[in-house]
Amino acid sequence: MESLFQNIMNALQWGSFYSLIALGYCLVYGVLRLINFAHGDIFMVGAFIAYFTATFLMGMYTDFSFGLSNPMVLVLTIPITMILTAGVGVTIERVAYRPLRNKGAHRLYVVITALMCGLILQHANLAVLGASRRSFPDLVERSVYTIGGVTFTNLRVATILAAFLVFAMLYTIISKTRIGMAMRAISYDRFAIPLMGIPVATIVVITFVLGSSLAGLAGLLYSMSYPVLEPYMGAMIGWKAFIAAVVGGIGDIRGAFVGGFLLGFLEIMVVAFFPSTFRDLIAFSILLLILSIKPTGIFGMAQTTKI
Amino acid sequence: MIFGCLFVLGGQGEYSRADASNTITLGFVIPLTGDIPKVGESSRYAAEMLREEIMAQGGLEIGGVKHELRFIYEDNESKPESAVMTMLKLIDRDRVLAIVGPQSSKQAVPAGQVANDNRTPMISPWSTNPDATLNRPWVFRAAFLDPFQAPVAVDFAMKQFNADKAAVLFALANDYSKGLAEFFRDDFESKNGKGSVVAFESYGDRDQDFSAQLTKILAAQPDFIFLPNNYNEVALIVRQASDLGWTGPFMGADAWGSAELMTLCGDLCKGHYFSTHYAAAGATGATKDFIEKYQAKYGYTPDDVAALTWDATRLVLEAIQSTGGLSGNLRNDRAAIRDAMAAIEEFDGITGSMRFDDEGDPIKCAVVVKINDAGEFEFTESVCP
Repeated sequence: MESLFQNIMNALQWGSFYSLIALGYCLVYGVLRLINFAHGDIFMVGAFIAYFTATFLMGMYTDFSFGLSNPMVLVLTIPITMILTAGVGVTIERVAYRPLRNKGAHRLYVVITALMCGLILQHANLAVLGASRRSFPDLVERSVYTIGGVTFTNLRVATILAAFLVFAMLYTIISKTRIGMAMRAISYDRFAIPLMGIPVATIVVITFVLGSSLAGLAGLLYSMSYPVLEPYMGAMIGWKAFIAAVVGGIGDIRGAFVGGFLLGFLEIMVVAFFPSTFRDLIAFSILLLILSIKPTGIFGMAQTTKI
Repeated sequence: MIFGCLFVLGGQGEYSRADASNTITLGFVIPLTGDIPKVGESSRYAAEMLREEIMAQGGLEIGGVKHELRFIYEDNESKPESAVMTMLKLIDRDRVLAIVGPQSSKQAVPAGQVANDNRTPMISPWSTNPDATLNRPWVFRAAFLDPFQAPVAVDFAMKQFNADKAAVLFALANDYSKGLAEFFRDDFESKNGKGSVVAFESYGDRDQDFSAQLTKILAAQPDFIFLPNNYNEVALIVRQASDLGWTGPFMGADAWGSAELMTLCGDLCKGHYFSTHYAAAGATGATKDFIEKYQAKYGYTPDDVAALTWDATRLVLEAIQSTGGLSGNLRNDRAAIRDAMAAIEEFDGITGSMRFDDEGDPIKCAVVVKINDAGEFEFTESVCP
């Protein structure tokens, strides 16, 4: 029984990362109907940006020390990482997706371009930084608590809270603000919306800023929990988060959020009750079953307003 | 695509070797990228240091004539299929006399088949899985075997931790990790009774979260956890176990011994033990000289892979020297080198003295090291066959 609660805790943490990444997929898909396959690698870039920001602020590259305490470094690293990662996302949009969109290319070509961007990010990292792994510094003092047989760390609680907080904020932005309204409108009809005087290009950029900064945040939190960084770390988790977003109902951010946690729970629970070799087999069979019953995903609706 | 590659290989295979008689070409199949890049780096550094040392003396002397040494370093990306491709390239296109590597068993087991089929001598410095050399007369190795290493770990853990319950967490897709985990389980259960390995859990390629497996392991309350895993995964596992409240000991195996373990794992790995090929802290004699030279040149203490690559390369060069002279006919030369390697009576390497048995596996000692508070790998005990 204790094991079960412990595993629920494990699953909440693991699901948080899937959810955070799935939200990014979902935002871009919702607005542009584009599956941004580079998103997993933007997450990886976010992790490296977080690494370099944190180590720079800790004074590891210069003789000059900023004299910041570790918690202060973390407080500064969060916004810097999110801003810089958003920059990477917007750059990709500007360089790769927008020209194709302006020329009216078929969506298929944009998806292929996205795959390429992901590979370019991975291999650029490999070429520039080398294959050696990097260890993310401990920014917060880890403390381990045990309550009723369930063990958790402060970091784990913070990760789970961050995922819920981000979801709440994103949900508010999309359902309550004018920008959110514009995003939903573009999702509804991208060709009629410019006629209403809504600057589509700006809204698309904002979408990428939101999605990529979430990936940056996820990269930071991820590398604090799993502090071994390497160029291919985003690929697998990105694909899985994409599947989670589809099962949740891609285009609806509630779906992406729930889908991420669903996959996290499935993976952890399969390992908890079956031999660990069966993890992906059982987890993805269940997801497949869900999709075959409800092809639009849990929260999805057939071709109406998305996002 | 495949035909294209074959054509290129076939076409290039016939080029004439201008000064064939004067250049000794060896191939190195090592992981310069992929999961364990530090292993590839150490291998290349050690080999390059040896080559420069010999070239500084005018070259390798064979039967009174000095020969130039040429080492070709190829990246196997830590993948079995790339290792096979790279082996074929070195054998057919670069026409190397012998191959050093691949390092880990995951690549050395399939690569050994290629070497044997193509009648090219190969020596893996670091592979410990028996299958790499089994029934392959052309394949040798410089490291001891897992069936020997596993009992060393079992005996040490039983004595040191007073243990009669063990848990194992291993990488399923890695021949080395899986093989060693199974040898360990069998040996531990034969000494402590059936069911004394209370948890035997695995994980897949590229997994980073082990919390479910560790929850299972911790619930079974073992006396220690055996981790026959690569150093990059060790860093994650040790940390996640500590997050789940584990304060007990870990016992590791030789794949822990990378120079990068401590940068990734930090303080959490201190105080744990692992079995390995040599202990850098407190070494003496030739081993000490090697460590000092390497440290001065590259700026860090050489790990076991560097030491074993040095020994393996020296074994090949010694075999080439004892052929008494090369004919220039690649096929005959390779056969002569193989025979000379098999005939080596006693080799005094920096990882200890050794000789080959009938399978091409060395008979040599293992050491158990402790990661001390300074993060050095400190000699604890030595176990000989």
